[in-house]
Amino acid sequence: MFGDYSLGDLGSIFVMQGFAGLILFSVYVLMALGLAIIFGQMGVINMAHGEFMILGAYVTWMTSNFFQSYLPSLFSGYFFLAMILAFFASGALGMLVEWVLIRHLYKRPLDTLLATWGLSLMLQQAYRSVFGAREVGVELPQWMLGSLHVSDSIEVPINGVFVMCLTVLITVAVAYVMYKSRWGRQVRAVVQNRIMAGAVGINTEKVDRYTFGLGCGIAGVAGSAFTMIGSTGPTSGQLYIVDTFLVVVFGGAASLLGTIASAFSISQTQSTLEFFLSGSMAKVLTLLAVVGILMLRPQGLFALKVRK
Amino acid sequence: MVINSRFFNRSELIGFIVLAAVLFVILPLSLDVFRLNLVAKYLTYAFVALGLVLCWGYGGILSLGQGVFFGLGGYCMAMFLKLEASSVENTKIQSTPGIPDFMDWNQITSLPLFWQPFHSLTFTILAIILVPGIFALIIGTAMFKRRVGGTYFAIITQAVAAILTILIVGQQGYTGGINGMTDLRTLKGWDIRPDHAKVILYFVEVVLLFACIGIAQFIRLTKLGRILVAMREQEDRVRFSGYSVANFKIFAFCMAAVFAAIGGAMFALNVGFMSPSFVGIVPSIEMVIYTAVGGRMSIFGAIWGAILVNFAKTSLSESFPQLWLFGLGALFIAVVLAFPNGLSGLWADYVQPRIDRLFASRKKSDWKDNSVADGAPAE
Repeated sequence: MFGDYSLGDLGSIFVMQGFAGLILFSVYVLMALGLAIIFGQMGVINMAHGEFMILGAYVTWMTSNFFQSYLPSLFSGYFFLAMILAFFASGALGMLVEWVLIRHLYKRPLDTLLATWGLSLMLQQAYRSVFGAREVGVELPQWMLGSLHVSDSIEVPINGVFVMCLTVLITVAVAYVMYKSRWGRQVRAVVQNRIMAGAVGINTEKVDRYTFGLGCGIAGVAGSAFTMIGSTGPTSGQLYIVDTFLVVVFGGAASLLGTIASAFSISQTQSTLEFFLSGSMAKVLTLLAVVGILMLRPQGLFALKVRK
Repeated sequence: MVINSRFFNRSELIGFIVLAAVLFVILPLSLDVFRLNLVAKYLTYAFVALGLVLCWGYGGILSLGQGVFFGLGGYCMAMFLKLEASSVENTKIQSTPGIPDFMDWNQITSLPLFWQPFHSLTFTILAIILVPGIFALIIGTAMFKRRVGGTYFAIITQAVAAILTILIVGQQGYTGGINGMTDLRTLKGWDIRPDHAKVILYFVEVVLLFACIGIAQFIRLTKLGRILVAMREQEDRVRFSGYSVANFKIFAFCMAAVFAAIGGAMFALNVGFMSPSFVGIVPSIEMVIYTAVGGRMSIFGAIWGAILVNFAKTSLSESFPQLWLFGLGALFIAVVLAFPNGLSGLWADYVQPRIDRLFASRKKSDWKDNSVADGAPAE
């Protein structure tokens, strides 16, 4: 399959596809980070994670519309405000859901799966009723359009670069919060031994609620970033949920580093294969490889423990 | 019909008689052929729900990939029917007569190798049982031998469902793509489309369903069923007692897969087509909810769950399409939070005691309520 291309072409193809893979990687990482916190740390299967992401995307879309109509002079900077709003909107909804639904189900992980699936159906229908069934796209500010010329045959779009920088920033922030801050220590203590954590004076219920809220908030930011590279519809979140769960499981549920490594390998494999095969076959082969590896190594790439 | 009184206890016997009466007598007499055909469609999901009772309710293994097995069974049946519908005289306007129409549209000029055996009905019936069974065996062996279970298993089965859907949609020339296999006509020369054929197929399906109920009830009553329950409650103790936990789980998973496949094959026959929209993640999870609503611990409950949820879906989505998704979502949450044993749990908690009291006041015999969770749900 390489016969038709010269060596230089092949190099450019790999760089361009590699870059397309990096954008996919960013979306996976942003979604998987939130899920790794919720699933990896709390053991809750949140099937509505994609819908929290889409909420962030809709918040971004509304903010951009608001700036366009009322503050056109500040339009170039709307995205930063939108991201913060998306974080708080999704986070607040997440904390509400934790309070109403999830906290009753911590001992029944399979039931959280069903309940959050129900939640995701209701959210999808809510989006459809409020925003309409059609996909909406965000208008990008001027400075995000266009692309950087690296060489004659290699071009990288600026919005992609921006999303990637954002991903790095958020990943670093999450890693700092989880591993360096006092609050992150409390979260990890609750995960390791809930009763002891409670005994030494940690308010475990509060920690649970804020952890779930943080995971959902990050999903909201992911949705915000998602608007830069694609359009948003009521069911867009569902398209990514299985992939994201695979990313988290493949990486090893409790490991942030594993999540990033697996998101990288899955997205790169998929986008490189996509050029040579059809899109659907690339996806099938990637997912098959992931499932195959998981059957041989159920604990994932970087795992502490998975066996039930 | 002779029923061994030890095979069903009293409340199960009532459930059995009610279900048999409704499916064999009341529905065929009271519904027109169109509605009866809809019930036949709902009942194909009852097979899946029945399998999930064994695998999820008793074995504690939640599979989110039952659509895969439903689809495999359905596609095996549909491939046979499609080949029969694509005889040379039926397809003489194509550039290559004698192959299914979607292959012709996708510039495929000869029948692919894996389609060849589906000319034979015997092979097809074997394939409906064996293909999903062996597939489940491979997945089950790979997962359970390594002691992967619970949520991980659920996610992996879900990924398998996603893969199969993408594969079917992507390989349009071999599978019919997103449209699936349509225009199925005859079974060994017998037209499956007219009304009287639909009625006959309905009865065939109900008989098969009762055969599967018998198998499930048999498994439940033998030592095997008790080990499954023990395993769900205390897996380690069963393992330490010397049982191979993995093998029992694999068995339950394969049984569920075969039941689902029979349902899928009946779907292709009754509804007349098969498409990837019955394979993927969304239908797979919906199949789980039928079982959850009916009662994951109750064989008859799950069947009522499949019928009632689908009936609600049809009538609600006919009149209020927006409301249906809200209703379904709320149903998921309500079942999980408020009544985890589903309709059969409600029946056992509220209706069964009254019936018992009624009987007890008539004759003060000393019969015991054997199993609380296994009543028939309310109609």
